[in-house]
Amino acid sequence: MASLKQLAAQEEKFLGGHRACAGCAATIAARMVLMAAEQPVVVGASTGCLEVVSTIYPYSAWNVPYVHNAFENVAATMSGVEAAYRALKKKGMVKKDLRFIAFGGDGGTYDIGLQALSGMIERRHHVLYVCYNNEAYMNTGIQRSSATPRGAHTTTSPAGTKIPGKIEPRKNLTEIIIAHEPAYAAQATIGYWNDLVTKVRKALDADGPSFINIYAPCRLGWAYVPEKTVKVSKLSVETCVWPLYEYQDGKYRITVKPKEKKPITEFLKQQGRFGHLFKWHDDVPIKEYQEEVDMIWERLLKRSEQ
Amino acid sequence: MIVARTGNEAMAEAMRQINPDVVAAYPITPATEVVQLFSKFVHDGKVTTEFVPAESEHSAISACVGASSAGARVMTSTASQGLALMHEILFIAAGLRLPIVICLVNRSLSSPINIHCDHSDSLASRDAGWIQIFSENTQEAYDSTIMAIKIAEKALLPAMVTTDGFIISHGMERVDMVDDAAVPKWLGTRQPKTSLLDVDNPITLGALDLQDFFFEHKRSEIDAMNRVLPIIDEVQNEFAEKFGRHYPIVDEYKMDDAEVAILAMGSTGGTGKVAVDKMREQGKKVGLVRCRVFRPFPKDQMLKAVTKAKVLGVMDRSDTMSTLGGHLYNECRSILYDSDTRPLLKNYIYGLGGRDISIEDIEDIYTNLFDIQKSGKVDKDIVYYGVRGE
Repeated sequence: MASLKQLAAQEEKFLGGHRACAGCAATIAARMVLMAAEQPVVVGASTGCLEVVSTIYPYSAWNVPYVHNAFENVAATMSGVEAAYRALKKKGMVKKDLRFIAFGGDGGTYDIGLQALSGMIERRHHVLYVCYNNEAYMNTGIQRSSATPRGAHTTTSPAGTKIPGKIEPRKNLTEIIIAHEPAYAAQATIGYWNDLVTKVRKALDADGPSFINIYAPCRLGWAYVPEKTVKVSKLSVETCVWPLYEYQDGKYRITVKPKEKKPITEFLKQQGRFGHLFKWHDDVPIKEYQEEVDMIWERLLKRSEQ
Repeated sequence: MIVARTGNEAMAEAMRQINPDVVAAYPITPATEVVQLFSKFVHDGKVTTEFVPAESEHSAISACVGASSAGARVMTSTASQGLALMHEILFIAAGLRLPIVICLVNRSLSSPINIHCDHSDSLASRDAGWIQIFSENTQEAYDSTIMAIKIAEKALLPAMVTTDGFIISHGMERVDMVDDAAVPKWLGTRQPKTSLLDVDNPITLGALDLQDFFFEHKRSEIDAMNRVLPIIDEVQNEFAEKFGRHYPIVDEYKMDDAEVAILAMGSTGGTGKVAVDKMREQGKKVGLVRCRVFRPFPKDQMLKAVTKAKVLGVMDRSDTMSTLGGHLYNECRSILYDSDTRPLLKNYIYGLGGRDISIEDIEDIYTNLFDIQKSGKVDKDIVYYGVRGE
C-alpha cells in the first residue's frame, strides 16, 4: 500500500503548467498513474485532451519519454516501442528494466482504437493501457462515444424534446478486455487514489498486457463546477455506476464495495449532462439506467464470489 | 552467390540479411510472401528480429513508428489497400523523421478490386514525405532494399522500395546475392540521435505544433527531402564500390543518339529495353529513360535524360484522375516548363490492374512516336493504351 507522503516525495513525472481545464480528471489520472510506477516508464498517448493539453510545442508536461502518433493507434505504437525494447535489450543496447504505458481517452479506446488495443493484448505486449474514460469525445467538443451512458446529453446525442439524450447503453469495454485474458485488468477512478495506485502497480508487475479503465469526470462535458471532480468520482463508485474491481488469473475481485449502495440519481443530479432527465415527462430513462447499473453490479457480485 | 529468386523471395532475403530490430507487418496479396518468408526466418532463428504480426496495416506501420522512435531499425512490407490503410501514418513517420523502410509490392487500388500490378498505390502516397525507389527487376529490388536502409538512416526520412506485383514479385529471376555477413557489416547499426528508451534523457515526440512552429518544422522536412538525391548517389556509389553493381537515379538506355524515347518506371523499363534493342537492330534511333527514384523527383537528372530526345512518350501505370494524365507525365511537363529544349510529349497510360504490356506494344508506341516526330505534332496528348474502346 502506498502512502501519500511517499508518493508526494517523488520527482514529478507529469508536471504542472499544462493547459488542462481546472478540475480535469484526465490529467489527475495521468499524474497518479506515473506516480504509482516504481520502474522507469515510457509513455504513449493517443490524440485527445490529454495529448493536446500536455504537449503544446515547445512545452511538454511529460518528464518521462513520451510519444504521440495518431488517434486510433496508441496501442499499436506502444506495441512497437515495447518490441524495440525487447530487441535492443537482447542486444545489450538497453540495460535498464523499463515499463510501458499507453494513455487513450474513451474515444481513442472504446471506439477508434479498439482494434489496435485488441491486437496489442492478443500479441501479449508487456504494456499497461490506461483508458481515461470521460464518457464522450471531450476534445472535439463533447460528442457521444460508445462509452457515453444512456440518458447523457452530448452535442451528438442532445437532450431533445423527443429524445432525451443518448438512448443506447454504454459499451462494457472492461469486460471486452477481460475476454482477451490479459495479465491484469481493472476499473479505477481518481477519487480512490490508493485503489488506483495499487492497481497501477499490480498492472506494471503483471507478466503481460494489462488494462485499467479509469473513470475520469470531465467538468466541462459533464457540466459541474470544477471543485466537484473528486466528489463526482466518488459518487460514481457509491452508486455502482462505476464499480471498482480487478481481474487477474481468472478471478474477479471488487476492490471497493460501497457501504450503502446509493441510487444513481445521487450521481446523476450532480451533473448538467443528466439535468434534462429530471424534467422529463416520465422516469423511464432514469429507471432504465438504474436497471442497467443494478444488473451489471449484481453480475459483478456473483463473479467476484466465484 | 547466384541464386534463382522471385521478387518477394529476394526482398525477404534482403530483410534476413539486414536483420532489422523490429518488423511489424500484415499479409496482403501480392506482398504476403515477403512477410511470410520473413516470419519463417524469425521462427528458424535465422534473424534476431522482434516480429510484430499486427492486426492491420494501420497498426503495422503504427508499431513501426513506435519502434523506430525507440531507436530500432525497422522494416515492413505491404501493397495496395495495405498502403492506403497506412496512408495517415505515412505522413507521421516522415514528419517524425523516422527511417522506416517498406518493401512495397505495387498493386492497383480498389475499386474495382484487383490484385495485379499498377502504380496507383505508391503514387497515391507520393506526397507523404517518403523516398520512393522503383525496381526494374528482382536484382534491383534486392539491392535497393539493402541500400534503402542506409539512404533512409542518412536522410532521416522513411523510404519505400517497390516491385511490380506478380511481374517481379512472383517472377523467378537470377539474383546475385551478397554474402550474409557483408550486409550488416556494410550497414552498421543504426545510430539514432534520440530514443524513447533513453529514460535518463526523456524526449517528447509528436507534440502539438500550432501556428507558431508547424511551418518551420514542415519546412525542415522539405529541406531534408531536398538533400536526399546526393545521399542516394553517395550510397549507390558506396554500394557499387563494395558489391560491384551501380545504379543511377535516372536510368538512361541508349539515349545518347535517340530521336524518340519512352520514359517508364518499374518492370516496363526492362520490357522497354528489349524493345529498344529490337528496333535498334532495324536501325531505328530509339532510347529509354527509366525513373528509378520518383520521390524526391530527380529534376536535373531527368531533364538531362529526356531532353536528349525529340519526342518523348511518357508511360504511366497510373492515372491522377485529374484529366491531366499520369503521375510521371505531370512531373515531366512541370520540369520541362523552364527548359530551353523540350521534346514533344505524349502520355501513354497503360497496364492498369495488371494488363500486360508486351515488347510489341512498346514497339508500337515507338512507331507512334516516330509518326509524331515526322508530323511535328502530337496527335493526342493523353492516350489510354491497350484499353477497349480507345
